[in-house]
Amino acid sequence: MPDIQNYTLNFGPQHPAAHGVLRLVLELDGEVVTRADPHIGMLHRGTEKLVETKTWVQALPYMDRLDYMSMMCSEHAYCLAVERMLGIEAPVRAQYIRVMFDEITRLLSHLLFIGSHGLDVGAMSMMLYAVREREDLVDCYEAVSGTRWHAAYYRPGGVYRDLPDSMPQYKESKWKNGARLKQLNEARSGSFLDFLQDFVSRFPKIVDDYETLLTDNRIWKQRLVDVGVVSPERALQLGCTGVMLRGSGFAWDLRKKQPYAVYDRLDFDIPVGATGDCYDRYLVRINEMRQSNRIIQQCIDWLRANPGPVICDNYKVAPPPRAGMKSNMEALIHHFKLCSEGIHVPEGEVYSAVENPKGEFGVYVVSDGANKPYRLKIRSGAYAHLAAIDELVRGHMIADVVAIIGNIDIIFGEIDR
Amino acid sequence: MSTKLELLGQNLQKHLGERIAGLRTALGEISIDVDAAVYMEAMLKLRDEPELRFEQLIDLCGVDYSAYGDGRWKGKRFAVVTHLTSVTHNWRLRVRCFAPDDDFPAVPSIVSVWNSANWFEREAFDLFGIVFPGHADLRRLLCDYGFVGHPFRKDFPVSGYVEMRYDPEQKRVVYQPVSIEPREITPRTVREENYGNVENA
Repeated sequence: MPDIQNYTLNFGPQHPAAHGVLRLVLELDGEVVTRADPHIGMLHRGTEKLVETKTWVQALPYMDRLDYMSMMCSEHAYCLAVERMLGIEAPVRAQYIRVMFDEITRLLSHLLFIGSHGLDVGAMSMMLYAVREREDLVDCYEAVSGTRWHAAYYRPGGVYRDLPDSMPQYKESKWKNGARLKQLNEARSGSFLDFLQDFVSRFPKIVDDYETLLTDNRIWKQRLVDVGVVSPERALQLGCTGVMLRGSGFAWDLRKKQPYAVYDRLDFDIPVGATGDCYDRYLVRINEMRQSNRIIQQCIDWLRANPGPVICDNYKVAPPPRAGMKSNMEALIHHFKLCSEGIHVPEGEVYSAVENPKGEFGVYVVSDGANKPYRLKIRSGAYAHLAAIDELVRGHMIADVVAIIGNIDIIFGEIDR
Repeated sequence: MSTKLELLGQNLQKHLGERIAGLRTALGEISIDVDAAVYMEAMLKLRDEPELRFEQLIDLCGVDYSAYGDGRWKGKRFAVVTHLTSVTHNWRLRVRCFAPDDDFPAVPSIVSVWNSANWFEREAFDLFGIVFPGHADLRRLLCDYGFVGHPFRKDFPVSGYVEMRYDPEQKRVVYQPVSIEPREITPRTVREENYGNVENA
């Protein structure tokens, strides 16, 4: 019998299950993983260095490009940091809009998770269903910001503009016409909030459909149950946050424990797992989608009833209204100073964290009083989770590596930064 | 919230005592400075003392203070800043530890205290050149395999030193000095206090 030795497998960086550009060096004993060494940095753009040369507002769009599947949550953390240092607060309506879009973003991220995780594990159809729902949500992004991903919609002091009164409609084409076109445009005939309301009313049924496909599916359970177990003690040691921590039994959610924006006025629950395996984390995410839907519904109701300003009226932070600039000397000067020099943030340091769909997303800012950040450190949940992957995959089969990578829901934009 | 911060401040004083080189409370957060010599024991106290109980290391990063306030900075150049969270007490803390030597910055590794420090320390080493004695596997993390220098230091240009292209004659990728010139559209300015304040001029 020939002598069989351990051998090393290079997984990625161009591998469809690597979720981006992960290079994983796996040491194998037969088909069992004995060690995993992730090599990251293939997408390192030096965001933290780049924003040191940008003004406070110019630095904001970089936040979209970190976790490019949950864009506005990252913006939120950054805006909260700047606002806390400036000692200002966004108007309540802006805070509700932010919370609403944070939850839309959570749905976007979790939907992608369920799609790509399904794809990794062999449930091809999940991707198709998830993308169908995501389409409506990125249309919401597009309606308020003009872009489908990199929105740059939140600004220090509020949000860029109020929710639109109308939604863009589908035009007649070779593929969309007649009764189908009419049906597609029906939800779009009202305001933005009407469109979102239509989605929110449909969505619980859609999640039910996902659950019939997956939750009791025999293959799905065989691939996920008891795979990648994180015990509560290890979850804390490894710096797990978000779903990774909740899956291990901690009811720890920054939206409840250290509420920001208007989360303390909203009614929602924190789903918690019991065993800390992949299946529990899947269940937690499914439940979080239902909770997000509840939050969006509450925000829609509030926003319908309470019109108001969406950005603060401190012209040293946010530009004055366009009409004022045409007639008012002071407004013109403010606008010029803001656009040529930018905001000056008082000296100090602050760490602001939000509950990103993938874990705690934190921004640590040091300012020396200039119009640019002195140092900005981005703390992303997926970074700590990927660092823990060696421990998670040890002793599992190669096929489980794919399941675990998909399950911890990593995005390279925020790992490599 | 503020009573909670006070309680945390008192507990810190009680258990760390003289190990705290400086304590600041600002913007609803507590930051402490700790000397490198007592860094390790202070961190162990922070984790294990039931009245502090910081079970989680959320973040660890390097900071290069050399250009702070356009040269106003008089202290040590490199610092390691950690953010700790207590799930039990629901509070946070920032710990800053300056590296004693500017030319060879080194701060003890805390991987044995919180395992999550592993990659954060590798990153700080990669980007700032801060060495962590006690770290078992201090390799570069984010930069390229053969990268020279520590890009997040303030004296490292944003455009870097070398660029990479494919050379059709040698039929391989070659490195060459950068051909782009750094440019700054909005200059960095630090304004004096009361700038533009007409009433109290």
